[in-house]
Amino acid sequence: MAQVSITQRLANPTRFLGFSYYLMMGIAGLSAVVLTYGMYLAFFVAPVDYQQGHTVKIMFVHVPAAWLAMMGYAIVALSSFGFLVFRHPLADVSAKAAVPIGAAFTLLALVTGSLWGKPMWGTYWVWDARLTSVLILFFMYLGLMALRGAIDDDSLASKLTAVLAIVGVVILPFIKISVEGLSIPWLGIEIPSWNTLHQPSSVLRTDGPKIHSSILIPLLINALGFTLLFLAMHLKAMRNEILRRRVKSMRIAAVERAAHRGDGVAAE
Amino acid sequence: MMDLGKHAVFIWASYGAVALVIGGLIAWLLVDGARHRRSLDELEARGVRRRSAG
Repeated sequence: MAQVSITQRLANPTRFLGFSYYLMMGIAGLSAVVLTYGMYLAFFVAPVDYQQGHTVKIMFVHVPAAWLAMMGYAIVALSSFGFLVFRHPLADVSAKAAVPIGAAFTLLALVTGSLWGKPMWGTYWVWDARLTSVLILFFMYLGLMALRGAIDDDSLASKLTAVLAIVGVVILPFIKISVEGLSIPWLGIEIPSWNTLHQPSSVLRTDGPKIHSSILIPLLINALGFTLLFLAMHLKAMRNEILRRRVKSMRIAAVERAAHRGDGVAAE
Repeated sequence: MMDLGKHAVFIWASYGAVALVIGGLIAWLLVDGARHRRSLDELEARGVRRRSAG
């Protein structure tokens, strides 16, 4: 008897529908608790920033949205890679399901960033490398949705969308490098940072976070809450997509059966 | 209402955008799932089975 790994067993769509409901509900409940606590910390505990005043509160939604915009695309690209290499339909379901959620968080990163930029920089928008590359990421998400929607053949749409998603992954390091540049001396890589209004990363740094814990902790708790919410919504979107494929498959089967009956009647 | 200083409108607009987009996304996911579930139930009630289900 062939050995079947635990991942292969869990990747069976029917089994996935069975266990994912409880997983989704658990994660959704946990995200509600964590986000409620995170919002309490953001509005009632975190201090006012000495430079930014109360507008620092926008950071508690802007930064998680920006992180999840990129995490969402990483999920799309990894799932697409898994689909192209292993040909597993659940990987394609995962890629398709993550796109609208990633697009929503990218839109939020852009909108909240603009609303933070106006009081801090004096402008809602500037065409610098960081803001423009995140806007391109948003267009990448829209492009993936448009491409899949434009092709009637589901199998062909999945393959073409997966290729585009993998090609588009180049935007992720570009977003990161756009503000800070990249220096790897032993490889001879020296990419200067672009001229930008956007501040460098204050949390994900090789020399440790540059934010005081009184603001860093609420930020990390909100980031955790939004990440759990993303995962719960991703599971729900995957379940919806599996149901949609079942409905489509059953409708085709019903039409074929009706056509077969029609042929039988005509032959008689 | 909580005093968020002279830039309060930007803070409330940010949180409002998050509530609107996330709320809309959750509502769409719930409605979409219910729609597919209803279609599946109707097809099963008509005795339609998937080809892979035999």
